[in-house]
Amino acid sequence: MTGESQSSLAVARAVRGHVLRMTSAGRSSHVGSALSCADLLAVLYTDVLQVDPQHPEWPDRDRVIMSKGHAGAALYAVLAERGFFDTAVLHRHYQNGSYLSGHVSHVGIPGVEFSTGSLGHGLPVGAGLAWRARQIGRSWRTYVLLGDGECDEGSIWEAAMFAGHHGLASLVAIVDYNRMQSLGTTDDTLGLEPFADKWRAFGWDVVEANGHDHAALVTALRVPRTADRARPRCVLAHTVKGKGVSFMEDQVLWHYRPPSPEELARALAEVGAG
Amino acid sequence: MRNRFFAGLLTAALVDPDLVLITADLGFGAVDEFAAARPGQFVNAGVAEQNMAGLAAGMALAGARVFTYSIANFPTLRCLEQIRNDICYHHADVTVVAVGGGLAYGALGMSHHATEDLAIMRALPGMAVAAPGDPAEVDAVLADLLAGGGPAYLRLGKTGERRIHGGGVSAPRGASIPLGTGGEVLLCCTGAILDAACDAAESLARDGIAADVRSFPWLDPFDAAAVREAAGRYAALVTVEEHSIVGGLGSAVAEVLAEAGAGMPLLRIALPAQSSSVVGDQQYLRTAFELDAGSISRRVRTHLAAHPAATHPAPADPEGNRGLASQIR
Repeated sequence: MTGESQSSLAVARAVRGHVLRMTSAGRSSHVGSALSCADLLAVLYTDVLQVDPQHPEWPDRDRVIMSKGHAGAALYAVLAERGFFDTAVLHRHYQNGSYLSGHVSHVGIPGVEFSTGSLGHGLPVGAGLAWRARQIGRSWRTYVLLGDGECDEGSIWEAAMFAGHHGLASLVAIVDYNRMQSLGTTDDTLGLEPFADKWRAFGWDVVEANGHDHAALVTALRVPRTADRARPRCVLAHTVKGKGVSFMEDQVLWHYRPPSPEELARALAEVGAG
Repeated sequence: MRNRFFAGLLTAALVDPDLVLITADLGFGAVDEFAAARPGQFVNAGVAEQNMAGLAAGMALAGARVFTYSIANFPTLRCLEQIRNDICYHHADVTVVAVGGGLAYGALGMSHHATEDLAIMRALPGMAVAAPGDPAEVDAVLADLLAGGGPAYLRLGKTGERRIHGGGVSAPRGASIPLGTGGEVLLCCTGAILDAACDAAESLARDGIAADVRSFPWLDPFDAAAVREAAGRYAALVTVEEHSIVGGLGSAVAEVLAEAGAGMPLLRIALPAQSSSVVGDQQYLRTAFELDAGSISRRVRTHLAAHPAATHPAPADPEGNRGLASQIR
């Protein structure tokens, strides 16, 4: 199980603080993407997953694949906050000689299940993990965190079709649906709607939830291990890019721009991590 | 080669429940026996190679030993980034298998000509690359892949390749296999064009040119020591491959020779770096691109004539072997 008792709200607040400091110090992109999924990751690692920070390779652990690897700062932050490694390491993000790359890399970082960064890779790998769990009769759950823009990638739908066809009920895809992608809105770029119906048509159970409402997320993400289910689950998490920082919310600019020292101070105060 | 591979894979799967075969909806008549004998270890991923490669990585990270299978360029180029990021970077125990290496599917057209696969797979970090030359080499390479695991790429011909080696051969990872020693010219080859190289050597022998053949079933790791040794022993080196002249065996040999300061001219017999809109069966296209036995022997003779310094008598052969006639059937 996850470590000592720590509320998911407190973890989310700490993750937002780490992410802001990391991207500001590193002059790195994607702060808006990381803030968008901070609550999703905090709830997962606090109230949902069976993982052991002291034994990150415990064979029966639940698996998390951060398919939207550009928000890697948020994953590193939540892992550190939950005790997989020292939070003091986080300031090395994006620095020369560091293993904490802008996009998720597993090498040298306890708790990172899989390296990503090119979009569309995570769901096929997650499907492979879920297929393997069933093949050898293990009960781990596999969670794959997807970006909404990432769902433009055809490989997502190859894997969605596979998981639906094979009834991989231990697989959970979480879509960080902030409706914003690299150059603009998802609606303007390549419309995803009717998004929930697409997943249903591929054989998935779909649960829609407010991606910043922790109680709702716990319900959506806790997939029973023994229930009589035959479908993988898609959690469409309605989120806000840049969530928690008023001047970053819903602004595509913060897909790229790192906060300046002045902006950092304002942002930290707003998220309560000052 | 294909049938030999599947027979060997099934034999292994019968005693190894962690061995998994994934096909991207190809292998009609070839995967059936495996699927029937080990349904729990078999997946048809459908026509979805990117997903196949990702699935394989996921399964392998949870302890499976996975073989992915398709034909020509589909299991490699179609999902190249999944192989690079998901399989190679994670050191996943996945072997990517392609049937129809080179021009084996020549009449199907450019899409099915697998003519850059070795160069591209060879460039991937941590990827072993194998291209056995005959059914016996398939056995040897597969034994190593089953024992040592992936990431690996296995390029196979199709079916009905001639058996070159008289018996079983040993080809541990990175080894090459000499066929004959003591000649003045060495024909280095990789993959299923081994038969043409051997026929060319016999043709050269009839013209009084003693040519040995060395098969390289592994391009990565590469038997650089054998090339360096050959540079000192032979008057001329030739590479023969059913692959683009860019990045394959010819390039690997050239790299070794250049770094060793061998200073000897190298003849690279390979496909030109261009797509072929002309179709035909494998033998037709080999002839069209001057890769058939007759063209190989002619090009070697021309090369030797153009480089007279290369025709110095070869060192005496301590084992008294002359050419290939006694080595092949």
